[in-house]
Formats: sequence, structure tokens, C-alpha cells
Amino acid sequence: MNDFHHSEQDSDRFRNRLVIAGSFVLLCFALLFGRFFYLQVLQHEYYATRAESNRISLVPVMPNRGNIEDRNGVILARNYSAFTLEITPSKTLGLEETIDQLGEIVEIQLKDRRRFKRLLEESKNFESIPIRTRLTDEEVARFAAHRYRFPGVEVKARLFRQYPENSLAAHAIGYISRINTKDKEMIEASGHGANYKGTEHIGKIGLEAHYEFELHGTAGYEQVEVDAGGRAVRVLSQTPPTPGNNLKLTLDAELQRVAEQAFGGRRGSLAAIDPSNGAVLALVSSPAFDPNLFVDGIRFDDWDELNNHPDKPLLNRAIYSTYPPGSTFKPLMALGALTTGKRTPGQAIADPGFFNFGNRRFMDDKVGGHGMVDMHKSIVVSCNTYYYVLANDMGIDNIARFMGDLGLGRRTEIDIPGEATGILPSPEWKQRRFKKREQQKWYPGETISIGIGQGYNAYSTLHMAHALANVLNYGQVFRPHLVHSITNPTTGEVRMVEPQPIRQIALKREHVDVIKRGMAGVVKEGTGARVFAGAAYDSGGKTGTAQVFSLKSGQKYVAGQVRERLRDHSWYVAFAPVDNPKIVVAVMVENGGFGAQSAAPITRQLFDYHLTGKRPGGPAPEVDSPDEEEAIDLIQESTDEAH
Amino acid sequence: MKLIKRIIQNILAHLDMPLFLIVMALMGIGLMTIYSATASDGFWKLDKQLINIAASTVVMLVVARTPPQTLMRFAVPLYVLGVVLLIGVALFGIVVNGSRRWISLGVARIQPSEIMKIAMPLMLAWYFHKHESMLRARHFAVATAILLIPIALVLKQPDLGTSLLIGAAGFFVIFFAGLPWKIMLGLGAAAGAAMPFAWNMLHDYQRRRVLTLLDPTSDPLGAGYHIIQSTIAIGSGGGFGKGYLNGTQTHLEFIPEKHTDFIFAVFSEEWGLLGNGILLILFTLLIGRGLMIAAAAPTMFSRLLAAALTLVFFIYAFVNMGMVSGILPVVGVPLPFISYGGTALLTLMLGVGILMSIHTHRMLVKK
Repeated sequence: MNDFHHSEQDSDRFRNRLVIAGSFVLLCFALLFGRFFYLQVLQHEYYATRAESNRISLVPVMPNRGNIEDRNGVILARNYSAFTLEITPSKTLGLEETIDQLGEIVEIQLKDRRRFKRLLEESKNFESIPIRTRLTDEEVARFAAHRYRFPGVEVKARLFRQYPENSLAAHAIGYISRINTKDKEMIEASGHGANYKGTEHIGKIGLEAHYEFELHGTAGYEQVEVDAGGRAVRVLSQTPPTPGNNLKLTLDAELQRVAEQAFGGRRGSLAAIDPSNGAVLALVSSPAFDPNLFVDGIRFDDWDELNNHPDKPLLNRAIYSTYPPGSTFKPLMALGALTTGKRTPGQAIADPGFFNFGNRRFMDDKVGGHGMVDMHKSIVVSCNTYYYVLANDMGIDNIARFMGDLGLGRRTEIDIPGEATGILPSPEWKQRRFKKREQQKWYPGETISIGIGQGYNAYSTLHMAHALANVLNYGQVFRPHLVHSITNPTTGEVRMVEPQPIRQIALKREHVDVIKRGMAGVVKEGTGARVFAGAAYDSGGKTGTAQVFSLKSGQKYVAGQVRERLRDHSWYVAFAPVDNPKIVVAVMVENGGFGAQSAAPITRQLFDYHLTGKRPGGPAPEVDSPDEEEAIDLIQESTDEAH
Repeated sequence: MKLIKRIIQNILAHLDMPLFLIVMALMGIGLMTIYSATASDGFWKLDKQLINIAASTVVMLVVARTPPQTLMRFAVPLYVLGVVLLIGVALFGIVVNGSRRWISLGVARIQPSEIMKIAMPLMLAWYFHKHESMLRARHFAVATAILLIPIALVLKQPDLGTSLLIGAAGFFVIFFAGLPWKIMLGLGAAAGAAMPFAWNMLHDYQRRRVLTLLDPTSDPLGAGYHIIQSTIAIGSGGGFGKGYLNGTQTHLEFIPEKHTDFIFAVFSEEWGLLGNGILLILFTLLIGRGLMIAAAAPTMFSRLLAAALTLVFFIYAFVNMGMVSGILPVVGVPLPFISYGGTALLTLMLGVGILMSIHTHRMLVKK
């Protein structure tokens, strides 16, 4: 019985423990159910969203960038499709090994690796970066066969920017290149962030930069379902991209070619404008570069060569480099004198060959002077003394005000970035420019050399062409522009860049005509006569020389004795035909010597082509001996006050 | 005809219908879910699992016909064999995925720790049965030793999930044998105190699993990935699920181990809270039936064995669902009767067979 009792007790305890265990099981399952309830009911929204964002990925679809063509439809920038081999660093097993192994399948040169490395530094780890561009079909096939070995490596069909005319008008057109951190900030700040999600390139300079948001287009989106490996399984929906707008330029590609070839590689710049509407016909900065080099990331050695070349091919001289305009300033001074009433056309001075001011003597270029000089003659023979006296009579404030009105010393607002303001000297300018009190003071003697375009004066060729165009247009100012119209390729809608006059300068028609006649005289009988002999059209012009090398007192400038880099800069500003001008041009050749020597022959070729269709046989020749010695400012100084 | 009829009758005589139906329902859900999880790889896993089910059902039927007294005779040899094989694994085992769990017996590879899941409760139930009339503290001490030797060997492999299941199986036997509460509390306290040492003994990946549980987002692409993706799957299933074969987390491969240890996430995503509730009810019924069988069991051996095996089913289910839903660390425990895999199924069905044997032979013992 005892045994039974014991067993009964045991049995009770066992049942007891079964109940405890059963309760524990129920408790645990209740806990689980609570967890499920929490996840599936209370937090359902959250997890449903997370599952969706796991599953759905928005892939931006890049729009086609707009084309750029010249006024006659010559394509200057377009896109073409090519295969690239791209690596997403975060998805590879090992970056170096991946590249090494890829090198066994497709050719990967050292330069490709270098470029990849540079791009890698600029981008985030999960971005796909090209290691090779422009794969051949065979290479694509070979990679496809080995694809499984390379996680994170893909062949992508991409559109590439191409500049079919290579270096033609490179500075004006500019180029696109990969977006860097600074570009990204600019895009974000301008509110275009969403549209640039998948964009990898952006216009860096020139029209490509200025019209970036016109050319870019609107990105489309693909909603794709992706698996855990990030591979797209299927496309759920698609919003197609809207291609960027096309630009039609005012630029004439053939005229541009003629102009560039006329430079023959010499350093310098040219700006040619249609004065009736501000349309830029040619904009040359020589030497140029091939913008195609930049498109998929410029190679280091190419960059090194361009950037460190002594001729600075990357510099856009036409809008950024400023030089004293020399005697090309004189017609503008003459117009200023008429407009401010300081001179009449017939008023003449007797030129002794110098002008004394205080204890300084300002020299004319012609020993003994030009005799009696009126305004017309002053332009034709480029008489320094006439303008020394004139500058002194007008005073710096009047000069600065009038030249500023003409558009000098301020940006022309041309539609490419990087324009220089130039220097229009004035007492106010000096105050701003210099820190030290004694340097801030304007000395009346400084006004004298301003009159012949020397001194602090500094303008770009675009400035000079723009100012002359404003004069020839009787004071109606048009903003110089390179784009004629913007076309929406989807709707066909064309937006004209309206040549609206932006302001009016108070100029008298008869005053302008005096200047025009004077400049025509230069070509007929003055410093431009030899270069334009036999031209089938009449033109007006003015030579100029900007001093590079400061001569010591009394020294005579002899071109042959000065080393090439110290030769003067050669200027020529011109227009043609004289009645109703169709083209205004300013040309500057660095170290080209006096104006008629280098700049005028280039202008001749340009006008010949533009007005008669005649193509030159080669680069513009240098005229070796001067018709008459070009006026440069030789200032005999008897004090040590120098600028 | 008569013969076939007799055979069927014989089989049915040792079949516990409630248990059988519950298990069949669970395996049916398993097949269905495995199909969804592996649809992209073709049908071969489904076919293989069908064979696994058929084979293990035969084993279940054979065991169900075997009287508990006969089963008891296997207790000591099976346990000894298991320990010997575990030692063999430690010495000559084959390393797979960084763990030494398998041993090659010429024709086939076997996983001796799996044998222990049955051998352990058999052995302990036999031991307590033998000393039924005069249980003393030292018996519990010996039982603890019997328990700890194989566990230590399995932990060494390392295989946290299996050692947990073996430990649970053994502990339940000891618990039902009447381990005094005082000692249990004492052991609990001691275990708590030993935690820091145990922590030091854990392998790096095991520690990481525990840490990841506390904060899965700390390692979203590494160890936390499993938990994050499976909770997303469960949570996004909502009340009624995304519908069969429509689970995006599953079909887009976000869930790892989706046909084995994480199959619950697949099921839960497609069937929602409703499906989970049904599954919990089925498991509750399974365990309830097992505990009823234990309550009705006539001998010490059979009642301890029945109760322990039943609670092992519970541990399987709870640990698996707990880890997949992110409240327990990730340990390699399959969802019983549902996860793909022959070995685990065989062990489980052996357990079911033993329960049936205990239940269908209870009258014979009493007589």
C-alpha cells in the first residue's frame, strides 16, 4: 500500500507538472501570438512599406542631351551610343582583383586605371564607374561570356557626347564632363537635384555650361522590381524622359574655321559680331583644344599637357584675357570728344611730335609730328599727340563715363560663362583697386596715356567688338549672343533668342559717321591700306599695338631686337561694308607686333570669306615691314613716378 | 483480402488518429510552403520532401507498433552508441560550414547529434524508470551527468541549436521525474552566475547572434540581415497575408534559408496573422495531445518519455518561430514538420511513433 501511495503521490506530482508545462507552453505561444500581432497588425504599415521599398527601386532614365548646331545646321555637339564597362565598387569582391581579372578579358590600359581611380575618388562607393569606354562588339561578347565571374561589373549602353568638329569653336561650345562635388552643390542649390539623380555629366564651360538646364532635358523614371541582389526582375512602370532642347547658334562654323585657320596656331583671339543684332558670328581663342578629350574623364597626360602648355590653350582669350587696346581706342575717344562737345570734326591741332604735361613729355611716334591734325586725320594716321591733348581736355571722368556707356569695363552679358569685366580706369576704379592711400590717388598725368588706349586700360576682344558694334549701330546696344534659337525636339516649338536692344547710348548719327569715315580712311590710306589692298568691298578699321615691354626712357622700340614673348600685342578692330556694316570684328594677336603686322591680315581673310566667300589658302601672313610706324606710348619721364 | 484487411487493422490499431491528423496537417502546410519557397528552383525539393515524409511515416508506423518495453531495451545501447559517435565526430568528423557535425560511416554520412535527440530522453526515462521506487538526490546528479556529457560534445562542434534541443529533452525528463523546485531554482541561479563564463566560451558567431538579436540594425548587412528581412516578411504579411505564392520578400530572395530554418517567414508573409494563428493552434493541439498521452501513460518510463518528447516539439516550434520573428537569437532549429529536410523529420516522426506506441500499448501494460 505504501508503494501504491508513493506511486500515487508521484503520479499526482507528475500530473501537476504536466499542467505547469502545459501552462508554460500556452504562455509561450501567447507571447508568440502577441509578437505576431505586434508585427502584423500594429506595425503592419511600417513593414509593408519596408517590403515595398525592398522590392521597388526607382531607376532614373537619362534624357538625351540636346544637340548644338551652327547657324547653317552644321552639328557641333551631338550624342552617340556606345558600350561601357562599369564597376560598382561596393558590389565587387575586391576592386583591384576585379580590375586585374577584367584586364584578362578586355584591354585595360594604365590610363584607364588612372582615370578610374580619379573618378573613384570623386564618387560614392555604390555608384557605377566606367573602367573602359567604347567597347567593341567583340569585347562586349567576351565579357558577357565571363560575366558570372564578376559581381558588380556590368556592360552598359550609354550615350556619349561628341564634338564632331573637334577643336572648332571649342571655347565657345565648351564641353561636358563628369559631375563633381561642386557641380552637385550647384545643382542642389538651383533646385534641379531630382532631375539630376541619374545624370553623370554636366556642361563645364562655354554654351554647354550656360545652357546646361536647356540641354539637359527631364529625366524619366522606371519603377523596377528588384530582388535581394539588386537585379531588376521586371519593370513595373515607366515615365519616359524628355530630351533636352537643341541649340541653334548664331555662329557660322565655316567663318569660325576660316578665322581659326587664319591664326595658324598663333596666340590670340577674335570676336566677330553682327552689329545689327549682337549675333556672334565667330569667337576665336587660339590655340584651342579638343573638347572630346574631356567627355569621359580626361586622361591625366592630356590634362597635364593642356594645362601646362605655355600657350594656355584652355584659356578663353576672347572673353577672359584683357589687354590695353592701344590705338584701337582712338576712334572711340574721338566719338567721345564729339559727343561731349570737346571737339568738332574740323577742329585741328598743330602736332610738334610731343605733348608736354607738367614735367613730363609724351611722345608721338613720328619724329617732328604730323603737322596740322584734325579728327579725321588723327584717326587715319593714328596721331598720339591729338589724343594726349584730347584726353587732357576731356578729363578722366568724362572718358570713363563715355567708355562705360559704350560697354567697356563691364561684362557684355554674352551667353557663355567666364567673362572678364576688363579695366576701365577712373579715379573710382583706382580707389577700389588699390589698398594704399598714395596708390589710390589719380594723377592727371595718367589720363594722358589713357587717351591712346594704354595705361590701365584692359579689354577683351569681345569688349572691343561689342563697343564698336554699339557705335556702328548708332548707340543701340544688343547683348552679344551665341544662341540664335532653342528648339524643343519633342514639340518642335522654337524659342527665338530675341535680339532686343537692351539700352540706348545717346550718340549722334553725324558723329558716328565721322568715326566711320575716319576708320574707312585707315583702310584706304592709313595703317590698314596695304593689308586691304584689292579688297572687293570697302571696310573701316583701326590698328592698335599694346605694349608688353616697357622701354627705358629714350629707347626706341625695334621689333626685331625684342624676343618673341616681349613683342607687342597686335590689335585690329574693323567693320565691313562701310555703309550698313554686316560684321564687326576685333582681333588680337599676342606678341604679334604692331597692328597691321598680324591682326589686320587675319581680319582680311575673315572679311574676304564673309563678304565674298573667298577661302584663304593658308594662315594669314605677317606683314613684315610697317607702312608707317605704329604709335605706341613712349613716355619720356623726368620724374620717377611710374604706373 | 482478409490479410490486407488484417494488416490495415493492425496498423490502425497502433495509430493515434488525433496525433496522426495533426502531424499530417502540419506536413501538408510544410509541403505547400516549401513549394512556394522553392518554386523558382523547380520541383525537386518538393519531391524529395515527399519521399522524406513517406519514409519517416513508415518509420513512425513501425515504431508505433513497437511496445515501449522493447523501446526501453534500446535506451542504453542507443545512448552509448550516440556518445561514441559524438566522440568520433570530435576526433574524425567532417567539417561543413565551419562546424564538425558529421561522421562518415563508409556508405553514408550521419549526424550523431541527431540520434541524441531521441537517445537522450530514452536513456534518462529508462534511468528514472529503473530507480523509480527510491529516487534520491544522487540519481538526479547522475542524470545530470548523463545529460551534460553529450551536450558538451555537441556544443564543441559547435552546434548551439542541437545542444539546446538535446538539453531541453533531457531536462524535461528530469523535470517530470520530480526534480525538486528548490534544486531547480538553485540551478537556475547557478546558471545565471555562470553566464559570463558561458559567454566567454561561446564562439564569435554565436555571440554575434545574441548581440544581433538585441539590435539587429547594428549589422544590417551581416548577421542582422536575416532577422531584419524575416521580420519585414512577417510584418508585411499583415492580418491575412499577401496570398499564396505572392510573398515578395520570399520570391525576390530577400529571405535567407527560406525553405529550411526561415520557412516560417515565408508562410507568415503569405498567410498573415490568420495563418500564424492556425499554425499555433495546430502546434497547441499537437502538444496538448502529447501531454494527454503522457498523462495517460502507465509506466514511469513511458510517461517521462511522452512528456519530454512532447515538450521537445514545443521547444522546436517556439525557438524557431521566436527566432524568425526576432525575439530569440538565431539558432539552427527547424520548424517541426514544416521545414525542408529529411533528418529532422525522421527524428520528429520517430518521436511521434514513440508517443503512439506509448498510447496504443497502455492497456496491454495495465493488463
